[in-house]
Amino acid sequence: MDLLSLFPEWVLVHGPAAIVVLPLMFGALVALSPSEKLSWATTWIVTGLSGLMSLGLLLQVISHGPIGYAMGGWKPPLGIAYSVDALNAPILLLISVVAFICTIYALPSVVAEVGPKKRSTFYAVFLLSFAGLMGMVATADAFNVFVFLEISSISTYALVAMGSSRDRRALPSSFNYLIMGSIGATFFVIGIGFLYMQTGTLNMMDMARVLQDIGPGDRVVQLAFAFIVIGLGLKLAMFPLHTWLPTAYAYAPSFFTAFLAATATKAALYLLMRFTFTVFDPSWDFISTALMVIIAGLGTIGMLAASLQAIFQSDIRRVLAFSSVAQVGYILLGIGMATTLGLTAGYLHILNHAVMKGALFLAVGAFWYRFGITKVSDMRGLGKTMPWTMAGFTIAGLSLIGVPGTVGFVSKLALVQAAAENGWWWAIGVIVVSSVLAIVYVGRMIEQAYFQPVPKINDRYIKRNEAPLMMLIPLWTLALASVAFGINSHWPMSLAQGAAQVLNDGPILLIRETMPAIPAIPSTGGH
Amino acid sequence: MKPQSKTRFKPMPERSENQHVILRVVAKLLIPLIAVYGLYVHFHGDYGPGGGFQAGVIFASSIILYALIFGLDEAKRVVPPSWIRIIMSLGVLVFGGTGVATWLLGGEYLNYTMFAPDSTHAAGQHWGIFAVEIGVLLTVTSVILAIFYAFGSRGGSRRGSHSPNPVDGDKS
Amino acid sequence: MTMVFEHFNFAVVIVLMMTGLFAVFASHNMIKKLVGLSVFQTSVFLLYISLSKVTGGRPPVLSKKELHGYGDSYAKAGDGADAAYKTVEKTAEIIYSNPLPHVLILTAIVVGVATLAIGLALVVRTREEYGSIEEDEIDAYNYQDNLEGVSR
Repeated sequence: MDLLSLFPEWVLVHGPAAIVVLPLMFGALVALSPSEKLSWATTWIVTGLSGLMSLGLLLQVISHGPIGYAMGGWKPPLGIAYSVDALNAPILLLISVVAFICTIYALPSVVAEVGPKKRSTFYAVFLLSFAGLMGMVATADAFNVFVFLEISSISTYALVAMGSSRDRRALPSSFNYLIMGSIGATFFVIGIGFLYMQTGTLNMMDMARVLQDIGPGDRVVQLAFAFIVIGLGLKLAMFPLHTWLPTAYAYAPSFFTAFLAATATKAALYLLMRFTFTVFDPSWDFISTALMVIIAGLGTIGMLAASLQAIFQSDIRRVLAFSSVAQVGYILLGIGMATTLGLTAGYLHILNHAVMKGALFLAVGAFWYRFGITKVSDMRGLGKTMPWTMAGFTIAGLSLIGVPGTVGFVSKLALVQAAAENGWWWAIGVIVVSSVLAIVYVGRMIEQAYFQPVPKINDRYIKRNEAPLMMLIPLWTLALASVAFGINSHWPMSLAQGAAQVLNDGPILLIRETMPAIPAIPSTGGH
Repeated sequence: MKPQSKTRFKPMPERSENQHVILRVVAKLLIPLIAVYGLYVHFHGDYGPGGGFQAGVIFASSIILYALIFGLDEAKRVVPPSWIRIIMSLGVLVFGGTGVATWLLGGEYLNYTMFAPDSTHAAGQHWGIFAVEIGVLLTVTSVILAIFYAFGSRGGSRRGSHSPNPVDGDKS
Repeated sequence: MTMVFEHFNFAVVIVLMMTGLFAVFASHNMIKKLVGLSVFQTSVFLLYISLSKVTGGRPPVLSKKELHGYGDSYAKAGDGADAAYKTVEKTAEIIYSNPLPHVLILTAIVVGVATLAIGLALVVRTREEYGSIEEDEIDAYNYQDNLEGVSR
């Protein structure tokens, strides 16, 4: 609580709005900036500030409970409310910290991959995308979620397309993402429309209250749930709806791929948890069935199918992208269990997967930056030519497999424990099989890098050519974090437990806790 | 081809000069009306249907009409693309800045009451909405024009390969 | 049949929605896909707009005839609060349609415009790079790229 006193009170009161508004406004400023260095520096500082504010909010939430914020001073059921509690505060911190770390990497990477005239625009659109992600996590208003979902998605389409100066395939993959993403967002907004039709409110907590009165028998409510799950499923790459993800990850600028892989699906996963557990009621029949059959079921199928597909990919980033789909499966499995342990494991894996997948994609970007490598078969001898980058890649890769001492192990162990508690022995089998498949696809790359000879050009071995420091620092920060939190997992575990607590308590507690916490502004003006 | 020395406009390309006299005369009549109507919709937004988004689209359409009749290059001379970029950002900043102003006055983000806390008839709300809508008007006008320019300048021949113009996901 | 007419708005919404989705999934032309997407999104706009209709409700606009008190409050600042209360009392008797879905859909329309603009920009750029907007042909080119391992 010592750390908390360092934050000015203003941040703790207005933080929920400030973390969204700050990047949005500076995004507009960055678009005007004449020099790309200036845009980069501004982006870096803004993401850093957002990270600091998110940390303050998280500490405040841990010590004093949820923070509510009434936009424009309009009290919650009427106005747009923002709310930060133990469920979304860690996600906010995750998004902003990953953005902050990845932005360091952006300076050399963007110069290599994006045309000179587009670079300021690139940073501006990145800030928009960042603001959108923060907004959709921070807000407690169902329609506001849609708006921010689309702000982040639309800017993501543009950023993925900017990879076209490196590889023209970025364009059709961005288009594909646009079609799927828009359908997903539209399904989501149809679901919100049905909920609004039945409840007459858009505030999530108020919605939950009214839904409790309506009860589970209402067909429109069931329909709304179906639409919301499918819409979010498209956004979070739930197994059969994941087809947009591998190509989008493979051809986006590498800095943005790392950010996207670490955060975008995570924000959608958060929304899935938020809607399923705190707006709807998981004890309702149709929801508990959906959780077990659809969310956990598709999660496990995804774990196997996507891991299998990852083995047969030749492009490194596609391997990792399919692995992301499989990892989303782990998280969905945890959520589908709907027990405290399962939710804790799923939530923990959200945080852990972001750290390791971010590190992996950063390393792959560095391979391209130095040698133009995109294929697994081209990774020969990277252990000698780029030892530090490859070492970071290996640590994160081992974490992806789930080697003890890494974050991957911690969350997989938690997941296995949760499955055992539930008696879902088949799930444990799937986790083990999927981990074995992960050994194959990660091992394939590590084998190429360390056990294959350095390739020759004109009868000369390629010289050692390490990635620049600006790339190594963020890569190693994330790789070391994946070890540090793997050895001492107390802090992320406590965050995940706090989040699972919120999910378990369900909708009712949220209303009681959050509503009065919104600072009362004396209504001096007569409306 | 007679150069139009009296006007300060560049001489038109030959084709449009001779063939589209009616179009040009009608456009000259309509464009100011459309622009004024756009502003009317904007400022009437306080009392009736209207507001920055609709007004921005109407206002931009007057310039688009100009571009359709007189050519894109002529329109770009009247409203240069570099302005558009600045205005686009300016609009977002006006919107966001209104919120920042309410922060500085001690209220929540966009709590317009802070502009006139003692007013008995919600004058603060009027001022706040006015400021915000100006921002919306600026951004929407410039974004619509930016989209039009981005597509219009690629007609027919394939030249250059500049970026697809990223559009702000702006709120109305 | 009566059910269709009772819920005419939903019938229209469903027809549009399915048309749009079908166009998105069935066509291989990128522009046609975008057209389908727009139709699909428009069906949602209609869904929201039809939600907001209240039977016998007026457009949610304050007109001077109903509310001269509100207009007067500008002139006489002193009794502004009273006038406001009178306004509330008067408006309570009038049934208005729900204005909120309109506002939401205005936002969704903006989002739709932005999506469409980005989508069309992508189509233009794709045509510049590939010389085609047919997805089959683009896939064939991509297959070629995959084999050759293009990295520029």
